Formats: sequence, structure tokens, C-alpha cells
Amino acid sequence: MSATTEETSAGPVRRRAPRGTLRRLLSRPLAVVGLAIIGIVTFGAIFAPWLTPYGVDDQMFDGLTLQGAPLPPNGHFLLGTDLLGRDLLTRILFGARTSLIIGIVANGVSLAIGSAVGITAGYFRGWVGTILMRFTDLMMAFPALLLAICLAAVFTPSLWIVAMVIALVNWVQIARVVYTETRSISEREFVDAERSLGAGSMRILTKHILPHLVPIIIVWGTLGISVTVLLEATLSYLGVGVQPPTPSWGNIIFENQTYFQAAPWLVFFPGAAILALALAFNLVGDALRDILDPTQRGILS
Amino acid sequence: MKKAFYAGVATLAIGIALGAMPAKAQSSGDKGATDASATKAQDGGAITVTFNNDVATLDPAIGYDWQNWSMIKSLFDGLMGYKAGTTELEPDLAESYTVSDDGKTYTFKLRDGVKFHNGRTMTADDVQYSLDRVVDPKTKSPGAGFFSSIAGYQDVADGKAEHLKGVKVVDPHTVEIDLDEPDAAFLHKMALNFAFVVPKEAVEKYGDDFGKNPVGTGAFKMKNWSLGQQLVFVKNDDYFRKGLPHLDQITFQFGQEPIVALLRLQRGEVDIAGDGIPPAKFLEVMNDPKQKKEVVSGDQLQTGYITMNTTEKPFDDVKVRKAVNMAINKRRIIQIINGRATPASQPLPPLMPAYDKSYEGYKYDPEAAKKMLADAGHPDGFETQLYVYNTDPQPRIAQAIQQDLSKIGIKVDIKSLAQANVISAGGSKDGVPMIWSGGMAWIADYPDPSNFYWPILGCSGAAEGGWNWAKYCNEDLDAEAAKADAIVAPGKQQQRYDMWKDVYHKVMDDAPWVPVFHEKRYTIKSDRMGGPDKFYADPINIPVNYDHVWVKNVQ
Amino acid sequence: MIGYLVRRLLQSILILIGVSIVTYALLYVLPADPARQIAGRSATAETVANIREQLGLNDPFIVQYWRYFLGLLHGDFGRSYLQRTEVADLVAARLPATLLLMLGAIVCELAMGLTMGLVAALRRGTNTDQGLMVVSFVGVSAPQFVTGLLLLYVFAVRLGWFPIGGYGTFSHLVLPSLTLGVLGAGWYSRMMRSSMIDVLRQDYIRTARAKGLKRFVVVFRHALPNAILPVIAMIGIDIGLFMSGIVVVESVFGWPGIGQLAWQAIQRVDIPIIMGVTLVSAIAIVLGNLLADVVAPFIDPRIKLR
Repeated sequence: MSATTEETSAGPVRRRAPRGTLRRLLSRPLAVVGLAIIGIVTFGAIFAPWLTPYGVDDQMFDGLTLQGAPLPPNGHFLLGTDLLGRDLLTRILFGARTSLIIGIVANGVSLAIGSAVGITAGYFRGWVGTILMRFTDLMMAFPALLLAICLAAVFTPSLWIVAMVIALVNWVQIARVVYTETRSISEREFVDAERSLGAGSMRILTKHILPHLVPIIIVWGTLGISVTVLLEATLSYLGVGVQPPTPSWGNIIFENQTYFQAAPWLVFFPGAAILALALAFNLVGDALRDILDPTQRGILS
Repeated sequence: MKKAFYAGVATLAIGIALGAMPAKAQSSGDKGATDASATKAQDGGAITVTFNNDVATLDPAIGYDWQNWSMIKSLFDGLMGYKAGTTELEPDLAESYTVSDDGKTYTFKLRDGVKFHNGRTMTADDVQYSLDRVVDPKTKSPGAGFFSSIAGYQDVADGKAEHLKGVKVVDPHTVEIDLDEPDAAFLHKMALNFAFVVPKEAVEKYGDDFGKNPVGTGAFKMKNWSLGQQLVFVKNDDYFRKGLPHLDQITFQFGQEPIVALLRLQRGEVDIAGDGIPPAKFLEVMNDPKQKKEVVSGDQLQTGYITMNTTEKPFDDVKVRKAVNMAINKRRIIQIINGRATPASQPLPPLMPAYDKSYEGYKYDPEAAKKMLADAGHPDGFETQLYVYNTDPQPRIAQAIQQDLSKIGIKVDIKSLAQANVISAGGSKDGVPMIWSGGMAWIADYPDPSNFYWPILGCSGAAEGGWNWAKYCNEDLDAEAAKADAIVAPGKQQQRYDMWKDVYHKVMDDAPWVPVFHEKRYTIKSDRMGGPDKFYADPINIPVNYDHVWVKNVQ
Repeated sequence: MIGYLVRRLLQSILILIGVSIVTYALLYVLPADPARQIAGRSATAETVANIREQLGLNDPFIVQYWRYFLGLLHGDFGRSYLQRTEVADLVAARLPATLLLMLGAIVCELAMGLTMGLVAALRRGTNTDQGLMVVSFVGVSAPQFVTGLLLLYVFAVRLGWFPIGGYGTFSHLVLPSLTLGVLGAGWYSRMMRSSMIDVLRQDYIRTARAKGLKRFVVVFRHALPNAILPVIAMIGIDIGLFMSGIVVVESVFGWPGIGQLAWQAIQRVDIPIIMGVTLVSAIAIVLGNLLADVVAPFIDPRIKLR
């Protein structure tokens, strides 16, 4: 992601999120595809228990061969079974819950931290701003995955801990973007004018700066979900993410990859799910950037 | 780590880190003997052995991984050793030994003219130096504790003395070792790598890097080592056992994925796949007669078990522990690791002396388990936690356990952590409710029943930092076990084993563990390798006994 | 310029010190006792206590960190707890493999990314453009372990074109480099596309076209060099992505680099190795960023060093 942050430069005064954003979004075929995928995944996550006849943790005796090999996709198990004889489709449907929860919670928290740091540093500057931004630089110098793994090892991983770990690693990008934006907005004449009219910091922040930041936060919020989903999958793939038996698309692959040559479906179905969801948020995020933030040409314009 | 496809195979990834026990196994049969070309040993030739992980060190006082364990055995020797392919003790650097009647004094006569790889002749002083060194806290040896029965151990371990009072050089060919208490397993301990003899001048020359520049008396000497890539051993022409080793050279290659190693082996580029058969390929290999022919399987001195914290509710109630014992479907667990194990009824593995074949243990019976749980005052079960090492297949096994327990109403929360964290949690003062031991414990260090009791079931192991994760402490049993271990007379060993049998029966009556299975070991070799199967499933040397194997067609 | 460089270097050093403090603190609170790891399973409590004392693990955090820091000043990264080998040697033995993998990844991502971006820019607004940009999004959205396993399955297991993981020859390098490069290729294709579109809009290009130069000549002789430079200047920033990626890619392909070293060390709580690899990664990332910033003004005169 780092490369694109540079694109955020001072541009003309941003409008607030224009009305009809949704309408404009729906007029873009790729964004529609993205929204559709997100819709399907959300539907699957919410209605998982009703969409499948099996329980998420049911280790079925007839789900394994006598030698202990998993079953390929068949009439009973549409996507086959995993190495414990559980229905893979069921695991993937319930895994969608994990991905969405982490995507929304972790990204929400990192958005909150990132925006707070970025706005504080960008508006107040001074020594507070300097310290905050130097700390952000420091965080940027960490190899993100190593940091996340170490954090996951310090705190015993659970769904919420994984979400927090991801948030702690991911807020940095947003802080940088929001900082740059805030700085350029607060240097504008109209902010100076307000200030000379005696407006307090709170008033300037809430009335003038925050509204201008909304579009960029929406855009980065959407793109960030994709990054979060991928990081969760990677941590779970390494075995330091969401704890079994709670399914996550990443830990399904972690548990089954030893069989990957003999039973590739165990890796490719959950892999495809991760890819599709991350892609969907990227497509929507890019379209939103296009609509809300004309200074940054979305790539699909 | 050994991730990708392999991610911690049940059989061999055991203890890659500090679990790190040498696995022991016994040959399941001697079918190699019927192969005409394999019966006659041939000298010469070079082989290639692959491993996924680097070898850490070749210092015998420090190395404690299953990979370097047998490499060190080929570079160094101890006073005692094992007959190749068996668990039978025999004198090695010692020519003979005597034990005093009270079992507290061992006198070893050394072989004449044994030379270190640097050309110097080994003497009794070297034996004394090596034992002092392994106990010296500065060496930080993971094996120091094995020698605690030697007189003066504590003073050296505390840094108060430099020399073990109990180790005396009588003359250049004789060493006398005095013990504080009789120790029936002492000769086994003298056959551990930690007791191997090293030359002082080489240790002092290389300092902390002696492990990278090993100098021993063994059948092979190290030629070169490119860190992280390969390690080359060449034949030691001065080796004291005439006619050994058969091979001229062994090349160990590292960083080789087990799946890659297997493919290269099939192509003839590799002779021994050190990590064994990866799970993804296991059924394929075993269902193919041509490949299966080159597989040698054997049992190990290993047991995988579930510990229950006997000092905390609800597992302080023996009824609850028995109910859990009856609730675990061991066959199902073995099925999910492709049958690479046999079900366990007791702590000891079948190859151990004192194993009781007739003991049936707790039968799988979820109904009875549920009833017993209700009797214990938990008709609706309870919630608890199960700690597990986060490398496949351990989390899968933990989930199978979880499902079994949920059937009798026990709701288990799985904590899947890095190995070091599980071991720390288990060894903490109060311990944790349940641990699945897979990948960490327990493989015997030597083939003696005492090694399966003291560290993991005895009171001393229940202290903070110990490996007795069930915190099981039965002082009467400790006393009985100590009595058994005081029987050192060679003629009375059967009596000793009977006492140990009784100890383990009583352990199972208290049910601090659920013994789940004993893992089997599978070695795969190329078709040009010769020698009886027992050298390929050697209980002491994993994966193979390098000193004794040979290649069939030496050019 | 010199002043700027000195200032940036000083800043970088401060950042690295910060990284070392934060990592050391994280590892300090890790719930696993290294002394117990070293002591092995037959150790008594006294042995463990003794080892803890020897390693100075009883000292307060500040003292321990200060000792480590002094060592760093002498280029001493410490000795691995479990391998008993100098961390510097362990890292040095594995660094070449990782650097080779990164080099391969850079080649892959530039080859794929620049080509895709160029074609998309030249076919701007067409289905080809849209299609390529969707592909670039797929590259950005694919988890590396899935990409890696997929490439392995198709090209190594099914087609047998490449070895199934391992290290040594050129053919071992291809699949891991591709896997590590796919993410970057996604970004580069997008950057290349917009950079190229920018350049094609410039007056001198229009002039050249107006003078009747062939489109081919204009694009490849005049536009491409100008469009490519700002994109290539971003390579320094990739290091951060790579440093995260190698942990996964090296483990999927059994590549003997520092990513695997780090992962093994984390499993075994071998703190000196974790510290060493983290610091080496951080140094690489900081240098990469520095390089990108320093090179930028030479390529794009509009950027000034501050």
C-alpha cells in the first residue's frame, strides 16, 4: 500500500461526500461486481446455519476414508471434507463471519487510531505532532508481519486479540494519509479566516476539517478492509491467528495444506474466498476514491 | 519453520525445538536379511541425507535435536553405547566396567589407543574433563541434570567447584565414578550424548564454536560445514572399531522440504529422506508397492497424552479424570493421522521394559463417561481449556479431543500456541487445565521406565518449570519408584521392572493423563542402500545408523 | 543536499534505535522463559536459575536493553540461545538467499507490472485496459500463500516445469520470485499506467506526434523512458512489502532465507535471532525509503528535498 500514499497531495478544496455517491457507484460495473461479492459473503455469513445441513464443528465419521484421507467434492459434501471429516462448505460459510468481523472491527479500530493520530499531528503540529509522526515513522520501519506475529505471541490469540493485533499494525498507513490531508486543509485560507474570526480549535476541527476528511476516510476505510482480510488470513495461515475450531479462511488452509497435493480443493476453495473478498473491497474502494476524491484518479476511471 | 506442506509431521517433527528428543525405535522386522545383495556389507561410496531444518550444533554437551543426536553419535563416543540396531547396552570407549555391590561405584577400564580426530590418544583425563564440562553451568548443557546422581554434582552445578568429586582418574586407563545414591539407569546415562568424550585442547581452542568444529573419536569426522546449506562427514580411518564405518562420505543437505526430498529420493539424488515421509505423500507411498518396499517402519519410545491438572478444580477429582479417559476416541484420533500410531493404554510405550501388555486401561465408552461425570457432580459438564502446540497436526488432534469431550458435556476452549509458550504455560506454578502433549512430549531419552516417570509424573517434575504438566504428585509412588531405581544388581532387573509395572498401574488408577497413542516411525531410503532393516529403524540413531549402513553398488 | 542526507541518516538511526527498543520490549514481556528453553527438559530449577543469571535475564529491562545496545555498537548481535551460534553468522548465512529472492521478485514485478501498465495506458479506456487493471487488482488482493500454493500446484505438481520448492538453481527461483512479485506487479501496473498517461499528455509528446514521428518511436524512444523512471524510483519502498512477504513465501517454498530463520526463532522464542532479523529488516526498510527519497528529485525535478 505504501506506494499509493504518496499520491495524496494537496489538491483543491474537497467537497463533502457528494450526494448520489451510491448511485454513481452503481453505475460502475466493476464496483457493482465488488458490491455483489460483498453482499454474497455477508449473506452467507449471516445465514450460514440455515444454508448447510451440517454443524460447523461436526467431525463426521463418513467424512473421512478409513485411511483418514479427506473426501473430494461430492453429492453430500459439495466442496468435499477437510482432514477432520468436516464439511468444507460449512467451514467456509462460517469462516466468512470471521473474515467480516475482523475486517470490520480491526479496520474500524485502525481507522480510529490512524485518524486520531493523523488529525492531531496534522492540525496541532508542534512537539505533539512531531512525536506522533516520528512514532509513525518508527512503525513504518517494522516488517509488519513480523510485528504482528510477535504481538500475537505475546497475547494469547483469540478472535478479538487478532483483530486488535491487526489494528495495531495497520493504523500507520491511515495516519500518514490523514496527516497529509489535515495539514493541507488547515493551511487553506478559509481556515485562517475562521481562526482570525476567533473560532476555537474544536470548532474548526469539527466544522471545517473533519467534513473534508470524510471522503478520504471512507475510501481508505474500504481499501483497508481488504488489507485486513489478507493479514488475518496470513496470520491464521501461520497458525498464530484465529484459534481452532473457529473457522477462518486462513486457518482452514493452515490445517489442510499438508494434503494440498492430494486434496487441492482444501486449499483452493478457501483461497478463492479470500481473494474474492479482498478483491471486492479493493474494487469498491477504488471506485469510491474515483467518485469522492477527484484529485486521485482511480485507476479504473 | 517446517511449514508448507509438512508443517510438523506427527512422526518426526516431534520436538524440533527443545522437545528435541532423540526418537528411539525398534526394527519391526528383518526383511532386509532375505535380500541377497544386502546381506554382505560393502565398503566405500558416499550418500546424501536431507533435512528441512538446520542443524544447530554438533557439540555433544549441547545438541539435543533429533537430527543432530545421531550425527553426534557418529562423531563422538561415550564410555557406554548400544549394540547397533538394538536398545542393548554395551561398553564403547570403555573396554569393561564393574559395579560395586552397593551400586554406588562404577569402575570403567578404557580401550587402548583410541585416537581423537586431531591425532591425540584419548585418556581417562578426557573422560573426567568431559563430565566436568557438561555439568559446569558455563556450558549451559540441557543434559546436565542427567548426572545429578554423581557425587559432587551439586557443587559443580552451583559453580562452587570445578571438578566432580565423584569422578576419579585412577590411572590413564581407568576411571572410577562414585554416586550419592544407587541409580539403576546410570549406565544408560553414560551412553547419552551428553556424556561423550571431548578433547580439552579442541574445546578450549574453539570456545563457544566447538559445536561448529567438532573433534571426537567417532567413526566419522567433519570435513566442512556451510551454515544453512550442507554438512559433510568423511570416514575416520583411525576408528577403533575395525571395519567400520562402511561409507566413505555422508553429505547432509539442509533446507530441503520433505516433499522435495522425497521426489529427489525417487529420482535417485537423495539416499535418505531425513524427515521421513511427509503426510501429504504418506498414503500415496504406502499404497505403491514399489515405494513401500523402501520404507522401514518401527516403533518409537514415544507416548502422546493429554494432561489434566490434578491440583485444580474440576480435575482434582479422580472421577472427572477417569470420565475424560473414557471419553476419548483414540482410534478416531489415529485415523486422522493416517494410522501412523498405535493406541495407548498406559504411559509406557510397548518397547519399554516394564510395559504391561495385559493392561487394558480405560475403554472408550462415552455413556459411562457421562454417568461418571454426573456422579462427580457435573451432570451438565463444565468449561475448560486445552493447550496445544500450533503446528499441524496437533491443532487437528486437539479439535478431535474437543469434539469427544463435548459429547460428555465438557466444553473445551483450545489455546493453540508456539511450542515454547505451551511449555512455559504447562510449567508455570499453577499450570493449566489440560495440555495435549503432541510435538513436545514425551520421547524417552534412554530405554528405561524411570525416564517416563520422574520428569513427567514424579513430584519433582510438578514444581515450577517442570514437565509434569498434570502437577501429579503421589509421594507413596515416588517412594516406590525410588526403591525400584535402587535395584542395580544385573540379576534383579526383572524384579525392578515388576515394581515399575506396579507404579504405572497405580498412576493409571489416579488417571492424571489420558495416554492417547504411541507414534510410529517411517524411514524411506533409496534402492541402492544396503544393510538390514534394523539399521534403518535403529532405536537409538535417527533416522538411520550412519556407522553401519552401506551402499550396494560401489563403483 | 549533504545537509539533507546527514539529517535523514540521523533520523534513520534514531528510528532504528526506536525499533530495537520496541522489539526488545515486546520480547521481554513474552510469556516464555528462554532459560528454561536452553536448560532442556531434564534441568532442575537451580540449573534454570543459574542459566537465567548467566544470561542476565534477571536484570531489569533497561539494563538488559543497554547491554544489547552496547553490543550492537560493536556490531555484536549476540549469540542464539538455542543454536549457540553468532546471530550475525546465522543471518549472514541466510541473507544471500533472501536477497536473491528479492532480486527475482523485483525483476518479476517490474517485468509484469511495467508491461501491463504500458499496454493499459496505450489502450486507455478499452476493454484491454479494464481487463488489465482488474488483473492488477487480483494481484493486489491475492494472499501470498494462496498464490504460492496455486503456482506450485499448477507449474510444479501438475506440469512439472519447476521443482516443488527448494533452493539451488535458477528454476528453483522462478516460482517464489513470481509469488513475491505478484503483489508489487499489481501496484506497478497501476503506477505505470498513470505515469504513462501523464507523459503522453505532455506537450513535447504531442509535438513529436504532430511532427509526424511514428507512434512506435514516440512511445518507446520519448515517452517510455520518462514514464518509467518515477515508477522505478519506488522500488526502495517495496522492501517493506518484501520483508513481510518473505516470512510466508519462504515457508511455502522451503526457501532457506531469513524469513524462515525468523519464523523458526519465533516458534522457539530464540530472542537474539528475532531481534537480529527484525533489525536487519528494519535497516533494509529504512535504507529503501531513504534511497527512494534521495533518488526522487533526480528523476522528477518537481520534487524538492526538504
